[in-house]
Amino acid sequence: MEVKLTEAPVLAMEWRKKKSNKLKSEIAIEFIIKVGGYSSIVLILAILFFILKESYPFLMNNFKFDEFFLSTNWNPASVSKINYGILALFVGTLVVTCLSMLLAVPLGLACAFYISEFCNPKSREIYKILIEFLAAIPSVVWGFVAIMMINPLIINTFNVPIGLNVLNASIILALMSLPLIVSVGEDALRAVPETYREAAEAMGATKWEVATRVLLPAAKNGLMAAALLGVGRALGETMAVLMATGHSIQIPQSVFDPARTLTATIAAELGESPKGGEHYQALFAIGLVLFILSFIVNLSADYLIRGRRK
Amino acid sequence: MFHPTQHLLNKEIKEKRFKNLLSTLTFFLFLPALIIMFWLFLKGFPALSWDFLTQDPIQGMTAGGIFPTIVGTFWLVIISVLVSCPLGVLAAIYLSEYAADNRITRIIRLAILNLAGVPSIVHALFGLGAFVLFLQMGTSILAASFTLAVMNLPVIITSTLESLKAVPHSFREASWNVGASKLQTIRHIVLPNSIPGILTGLVFSVGRSAGETAAILFTGVAFYLPYLPQSVFDQCMSLSMHLFTISTQVVGVPEAYPFATALVLIMLILSVNSISVVLRSYFRTKRKW
Repeated sequence: MEVKLTEAPVLAMEWRKKKSNKLKSEIAIEFIIKVGGYSSIVLILAILFFILKESYPFLMNNFKFDEFFLSTNWNPASVSKINYGILALFVGTLVVTCLSMLLAVPLGLACAFYISEFCNPKSREIYKILIEFLAAIPSVVWGFVAIMMINPLIINTFNVPIGLNVLNASIILALMSLPLIVSVGEDALRAVPETYREAAEAMGATKWEVATRVLLPAAKNGLMAAALLGVGRALGETMAVLMATGHSIQIPQSVFDPARTLTATIAAELGESPKGGEHYQALFAIGLVLFILSFIVNLSADYLIRGRRK
Repeated sequence: MFHPTQHLLNKEIKEKRFKNLLSTLTFFLFLPALIIMFWLFLKGFPALSWDFLTQDPIQGMTAGGIFPTIVGTFWLVIISVLVSCPLGVLAAIYLSEYAADNRITRIIRLAILNLAGVPSIVHALFGLGAFVLFLQMGTSILAASFTLAVMNLPVIITSTLESLKAVPHSFREASWNVGASKLQTIRHIVLPNSIPGILTGLVFSVGRSAGETAAILFTGVAFYLPYLPQSVFDQCMSLSMHLFTISTQVVGVPEAYPFATALVLIMLILSVNSISVVLRSYFRTKRKW
C-alpha cells in the first residue's frame, strides 16, 4: 500500500486511537487486578476493625487494665461478682505453647536437618508428602485423638486421675506444629548455598561438623523463624486445645493439671453469651489480644527470614 | 595404600552415630501419625457402612448416619472456594506481574503473612462481626463460607504466586516482543503455564476448609438440624463440627460412631490431598521447560 506523505499523520493518529481504545478495556481489568492485590491489606484491617468494633463498648466502659491482665478470676456469668481477668487463661496459653515447643522444636529441627542433608531426592520427596499429610489432619481430629488415645495413655502411664491436662495438650500441639517447623526449617537449610558445604567438606569436615559449625550459624535466622511460626501455630490453635486441656480456669501447678487457653475460652463461651452483652464484648477483647499476639509473632518471624535473605 | 588414621576412623564413627540419631528422630516423628491413622481405621471401619453415609442422625445423634453433615461440608467448601479462588488468583497476578518493589508491596506481603497467621477463632470472631452481623447474612452457609474464604485466601495467594513466578521470564519477553500487551501475555502465556500450581493450591485449600471447625463455629454451623439446607441463607451441619459434638457434647453415643465420623473426615481430606500430590507430579512430568 502506498501512503501519501500528507496522509501519514492521519493514519498514525487513527492507529494510536485504536490502540488507546484497546488500552481502556485493559485498564479496567488491570484496575480489578490491582484491587485484588490490595485485598489482603483491606481484609487484615477489616479483621482488626470488626474485632475492635465489637469489643469497643467493653474497652471504653468496664475495662480495667489491671483487672483484665492481672486477675486470675474469669467469672463472666457469675451472679454475685462478675470478673473479667484473663491472667489464668493467658498463662494457660503460655504454658501449653512453651511445653509443646520444648517437644517440637528440637525434634522438628533434627528432622529438618535429616531431610535436607542426608536424604536422597527420592526419599526427600516421600517425606515431604508425608509432612503434607500430617499437616492436613484437621484440628478437631487431633482433639478427638487427645480424648480417646492420649487421655487413657497418660492416665495409665503416670497413674493420674485425669488425662486431659497441660501435658496432653502439649503433646497434641507439638504433633500439630511439627510439619510447619520441619518444612520452614528445611527451606532455611536448603537456602544455604551449596558452596558453603563444599568448602567445609573440602577441608575434611564430617557431616556432623558441617551441620553444627557451618549450617547452623548460616541458617540460624531461618531456623528461629521456623520455631516462631510453630509458636504462632500453637498459640492460635483452638479446637484441639479446647478438647485436650480439660477446661478448668486455673494457673496450672504441674503438667498434670488441667488448664484453659484464650482461644478455647472464646470457642466455649461465645455461643452462650448474649450478642452485644458485656460478656460477648469481653470475648472479643480476648480476640483482640490473640490478634496482637499473633501479629507480633508473625512480624518477628518475617523479620528474621528477611534478615537472612539480605 | 591409603590407611585411615585413628582420628579419621573416630570421625567416621561419630558421623554414623549422628546420622542414625537423626534418622531415628525423623522416624519417631512420623510414627505417631501412622499409629493414629491405623488406630482410627481399626476402630472406625467396622461402623462404616452405606447406611452410615446416607442416613440422617437419629435419637439425639446417638444413632443413624451422617448424611446431612457431608452435604453441609460440601456446601461450605464449594462456596468458600468459589469466593477465595478468583480473589486469590487476582492478588497473586498483581503481586507477580504488576507490583513494583516498593513499600506498598512490602505491606501487602506482610498482610498476607499475618492473614495466614491469624488464629482461626479470631477469623470466627471476624466472620461473626462482619458477615453475620454487619452485612446481615445471619448465621448462614454464606457467612460461614465467606469466613472460610478469608482464611484460605493466603494459602491460595501463596501457591498461585509460586507457580506464576515459576514461569520463565523469557516466555513473557517473547510474548511482549511479538506485540502482545501485558494483559494478553498474562491471559495467554502466564496463566495457562501456571494452571497446575493454581490447581494444587485450590485442592489444598479445599482440604483445609473441609476440616476447619473453629472458624465456622459461630457463623453458620448448627449442632443439629432436622432438615437439609435449602439455600445459602440456611444453617447447615458439618462433618468437623459433628465430630466435635458427638465426641464431647452428646452423652450415650456408641464408641464406634465418632471413630467412623473421624475416619470419614480424614479419608475425605487425605483423598483430596492425594489428588493435589498426583496433579503436581503429573504436571511436573509434562512441563515443557
